[in-house]
Amino acid sequence: MSLFRSFCRRPQLWLGAFVTALLFAVALISLVWTPLSPSKMQIVHKLKGPFDHGLLGTDQFGRDVASMLMVGTWNSLSTALAAVIIGGVAGTAIGLFAAARQGFVEQLLMRVCDVIFAVPPILSAMMLGAFLGAGRFTAIIAIATFMVPVFARVVLGSARQIWARDYVTAAQSIGKRPLGITLVHILPNVAGQIIVQTAIQLGLAILTEAGLSFLGLGMAPPAPSWGRMLADSQTYLGLAPWLAILPGLSIALAVFGLNMLGDGLRDVIDPRAESG
Amino acid sequence: MIAVLARRAGGLIITLLAVSFLIFTVMDVLPGDPAEIMLGTSASPDTLAALRREMGLDLPFLVRYLHWLGGALTGDLGTSYTYGVPVAGLIGERLQVTVPLAILALAISIGLAIPLGVLAASRKSSVADFLVGLFSHFSIAVPGFWVGLILIIVFATTLGIMPAGGFPGWAAGFWPAFKALILPAVALGLPQAGVLTRVTRTAVLDVLGEDFVRTARAKGLTPRAALWLHAVPNALIPVVTILGLQFTFLIAGAVLVENVFNLPGLGRLAYQALAQRDIIVMQDVVLFFCAFVILMNFAVDIAYLFIDPRLRREGGV
Repeated sequence: MSLFRSFCRRPQLWLGAFVTALLFAVALISLVWTPLSPSKMQIVHKLKGPFDHGLLGTDQFGRDVASMLMVGTWNSLSTALAAVIIGGVAGTAIGLFAAARQGFVEQLLMRVCDVIFAVPPILSAMMLGAFLGAGRFTAIIAIATFMVPVFARVVLGSARQIWARDYVTAAQSIGKRPLGITLVHILPNVAGQIIVQTAIQLGLAILTEAGLSFLGLGMAPPAPSWGRMLADSQTYLGLAPWLAILPGLSIALAVFGLNMLGDGLRDVIDPRAESG
Repeated sequence: MIAVLARRAGGLIITLLAVSFLIFTVMDVLPGDPAEIMLGTSASPDTLAALRREMGLDLPFLVRYLHWLGGALTGDLGTSYTYGVPVAGLIGERLQVTVPLAILALAISIGLAIPLGVLAASRKSSVADFLVGLFSHFSIAVPGFWVGLILIIVFATTLGIMPAGGFPGWAAGFWPAFKALILPAVALGLPQAGVLTRVTRTAVLDVLGEDFVRTARAKGLTPRAALWLHAVPNALIPVVTILGLQFTFLIAGAVLVENVFNLPGLGRLAYQALAQRDIIVMQDVVLFFCAFVILMNFAVDIAYLFIDPRLRREGGV
């Protein structure tokens, strides 16, 4: 009940949850329905403005922008989600392991994380793209790699505090193994932090995915993605500005919602932390 | 103090070596033969073998790594295969665009973030605080390259008062070159400003509750003087930390923004190298960017030692 009250006191949590739910709903609906086929070209209707042809107009090939944005939501979200899940699981495992072992192992793992963190995801995607070719797989691996140190650091920081608690010392003294303690005592206590980070990093992953698609390192055409739509819009900035405005607004709304959700969740899970 | 400095410097060198090794390994172990990538699949085996020898690809892995590293340390970064000129020269030339762009972007983001963050903190829960919060949430959520496109639509194609892209070069005079960098710098600096504003607000709020601020007020300082003379300088420590971490995003942003505005900077060089499969340029530019990020973080670390005397002890606090 107190959790319910605390939810009621936090409008940003609700706003974030609403926008995020909307995002997931649009992504899922696009799998079964879009106003028109996003790949259907109607050259006679090319570069029509919003409400002129279809809800949000058409692009240079006469494709329906609303449908492309809907499918783009799924493509961007699923890529970002896959990257965050892979990076989150790997980073959490590293953080938990480092906290359980401490000492040299912890130092070594954290230095490795520092090294990985020094390579911006755009650059690692470009390096990978040079050999693997551009595509969703390259984007996922590049973003996930960048997420590993982020999750590892957050989990390690929280896990170390839990390891210092009396009940963990008690568990150790009755002969519980580190793996057992990690699974029973540490992981449930850091789960809140992991959930908060997942929401925030998902927003960052969407921004990065959009950047990669913009550079042609994301999903291969003709699959629509927000970043690629922005890249394509560059030629028509004067003629059809909505082609640049709409995908950017979609990205901004998605990231805004996820950040709000992350901040709101942090306030509920860890009320001492100031989200600013 | 000297022991701590030496330890940090040792860590820096190890990290730099590890990053260079990582970059080299990634470029090396990934499937695909650089010689074949450059010449295409239709090249004859003899030509391929000759290019491999020329590139030193027939040498053992470690020898090649040490050769590359030794070259990088002495300023010899190899020769670009598409431009046919030394990579070091190419990087130097492109830095004339990227460095001023990054400095201008940083200046814009700091110039916006610190006054806005301090304003929001000093008038907590007011309309100003709400508006600043809205600004920072919005600017964190928008991609910089999209801001670039919107700026082009507004200031170049609609109002026609700014160039839509391109760079005339510093030889064309200061103002035309500077003017070409203004919109890109705003696009690059705005998302950073959002993050910095939030950090500044939180940091100033934390410090405003401290005893020394109360003491300053009790001594008779006006709220404004206590804020700017006592609270803000102390709140800048976390702001500097975040600034250090932001360099990674500044570089990633530069790659994108330089592409939007067609600026011949380092980010665009990396992108073109990717399109042209110029592996050596890619490798060098990535190393350069990463070394820059690591050095900037190191500089922030060292700055702390001077700002906060407690950190000078062995092991820190």
